[in-house]
Amino acid sequence: MQPGDSVVIERVVLDALLAALRERGYETVGPTVREGAIVYDEIRATSDLPAGWTDEQEGGHYRLRRDDREALFGYAVGPHSWRRYLEPPSLVRWRGRRVDGGFEDDLTPGPPPRYAFVGVRPCELAALLVKDRILLGDPGADPDYRSRRESAFLVAVNCGSPAGTCFCVSMGTGPRFGPGFDLGLTELVDDARHDFVLQVGTARGAAVVEGLPHRPAEPADLTAAEAVLREAEGRMGRSLETEGLKERLERSYENPHWDEVAKRCLSCGNCTMVCPTCFCSTVEDSTDLPGTRAERRRIWDSCFSIEFSYVHGGSVRTSAGARYRQWITHKLATWHDQFGVSGCVGCGRCITWCPVGIDITAEARAIGGPAEAAGSRP
Amino acid sequence: MAPRRPKLAVFKFASCDGCQLTLLNCEDELLAIAGEVEIANFLEASRAVVKGPYDLALVEGSITTPEDAERIHKVRRMSRTLVTIGACATAGGIQGLRNFKDVHEFVSSVYATPEYISTLEASTPIAQHVRVDFELRGCPISRAQLLEVLGAFLRGRRPNIPTYSLCFECKRQGTVCVMVAHGTPCLGPVTQAGCGALCPSYHRGCYGCFGPMESPNTASLGARWEAMGAARPDLVRAFRTYNAAAIPFRAASEAYEQQEP
Repeated sequence: MQPGDSVVIERVVLDALLAALRERGYETVGPTVREGAIVYDEIRATSDLPAGWTDEQEGGHYRLRRDDREALFGYAVGPHSWRRYLEPPSLVRWRGRRVDGGFEDDLTPGPPPRYAFVGVRPCELAALLVKDRILLGDPGADPDYRSRRESAFLVAVNCGSPAGTCFCVSMGTGPRFGPGFDLGLTELVDDARHDFVLQVGTARGAAVVEGLPHRPAEPADLTAAEAVLREAEGRMGRSLETEGLKERLERSYENPHWDEVAKRCLSCGNCTMVCPTCFCSTVEDSTDLPGTRAERRRIWDSCFSIEFSYVHGGSVRTSAGARYRQWITHKLATWHDQFGVSGCVGCGRCITWCPVGIDITAEARAIGGPAEAAGSRP
Repeated sequence: MAPRRPKLAVFKFASCDGCQLTLLNCEDELLAIAGEVEIANFLEASRAVVKGPYDLALVEGSITTPEDAERIHKVRRMSRTLVTIGACATAGGIQGLRNFKDVHEFVSSVYATPEYISTLEASTPIAQHVRVDFELRGCPISRAQLLEVLGAFLRGRRPNIPTYSLCFECKRQGTVCVMVAHGTPCLGPVTQAGCGALCPSYHRGCYGCFGPMESPNTASLGARWEAMGAARPDLVRAFRTYNAAAIPFRAASEAYEQQEP
């Protein structure tokens, strides 16, 4: 068994896979149903997975629906992303205690958590690679991210159930996964079968599979997997014309459409908080009442808060239009200059989880898109 | 000699006492507070009053009577730093509902002898009467935020009290959006963070206890509520609770009241 090999495992073997990962010291994290959505949390067995659930997604709208195929991965991404685990929303970076004449460090960092992410979608895998450029790059590498990221085991799952807000095909990030996974699954489920084509991505992935019951993938299995993906490609709810988009946005800093978006934008920050590539954080220092202990925390921040652009004398971006412009032009234009890649992977979360359903694909068309495509939907 | 502890005073205006009760509810931290400040004037805790001036005054409640409109100036004069606590003190409170009606009608229908009642037409926040150094929102205020403000005051630093939306807290906690996933109308996107997104974490929409966030777009949120099935009177009621008289919420409720249903 080596990277590049494909085998077939039966549905029941997925429990053995989870057990094997846990035996190796990983905390297995994956999709599960909670509060009316598919979120990420610890999963101990396939019974924790959202079997038979799918989702209905539109701008500002998400609902779970039953799906009698009983697929384990028959849905698109929910409100959580792996960012929650790799860059925790609130992280103590330093803690100190006052001693005579000074202070001493009072934070003993434990070993980094070892996560196995089960059910990483192709768009999310792409997002992790974008994040790696930002947080593992030089300068500015984040040691906490590095330790979590390097120990994480990735079980990717090809996407057979894109949602109404998905556009990974436009962004070139799905529905089939690219490189970066340890193991990659394609779920094959119909009246006759329920099993998985399993692609081996790394040597440590191969070592896990060797201990599991499996059979070689036949051409018919690979054809069936290909058919799932071909069909998913045709069911993207959204599309985004990326050709020349960066340049068009860069010419649109004074576009009156920003004011139009501002009428709808709540500046609530939801789009940035659900985005798998957003990485902004702020640092908060606090002290206890007697002034004997101090703590520095890094917490998720958003370019939609006024404080975010506070510089000497005030905030640079006080209007909602300016903040929306900053966000979308960073994602789709200046991100390329900064990190050599788009900041958008087409997962559609910002569209679904915007309480008023502002649609990045529609706004990009309205602001920087070719006139003939304005307002059109796929 | 140990440095003199700052003198703390708590003053009450028109309010339910819930916010100053938050100070007593600090339980685990109460001894630390008493160790760091001299609790000089806190009638809810002790009848013993040390006279002013005070280094820090926590002011609860809104101004609703001619006497209080005078008294708040005295409080200001004897307080080096004045922090208002709670929706009453920062926005006029639930009693700010009177601002939308004729208060004399209330008085004559509620009290047997209306002429004994001396009250103002409107309930107004403290900052409308005197200079306020910091406003701590909430109905009631959050214990953690109160401790943060006290800790910041003692160390002479700026308190970490964000003014962005409640949605930041839901998303950091991993709480699923009740509006998007359940279709539950929620004021979170226009409400200031601070409570820890309590209601959404119990699958309820936000009631706006912490008042308007820094740049509330009530028109856009209201349009979404209407699309979800809320009627105009529902919107009027939603914006008219504990922070009814806060300017953005007041403007929103008046706008929906004036529009045909």
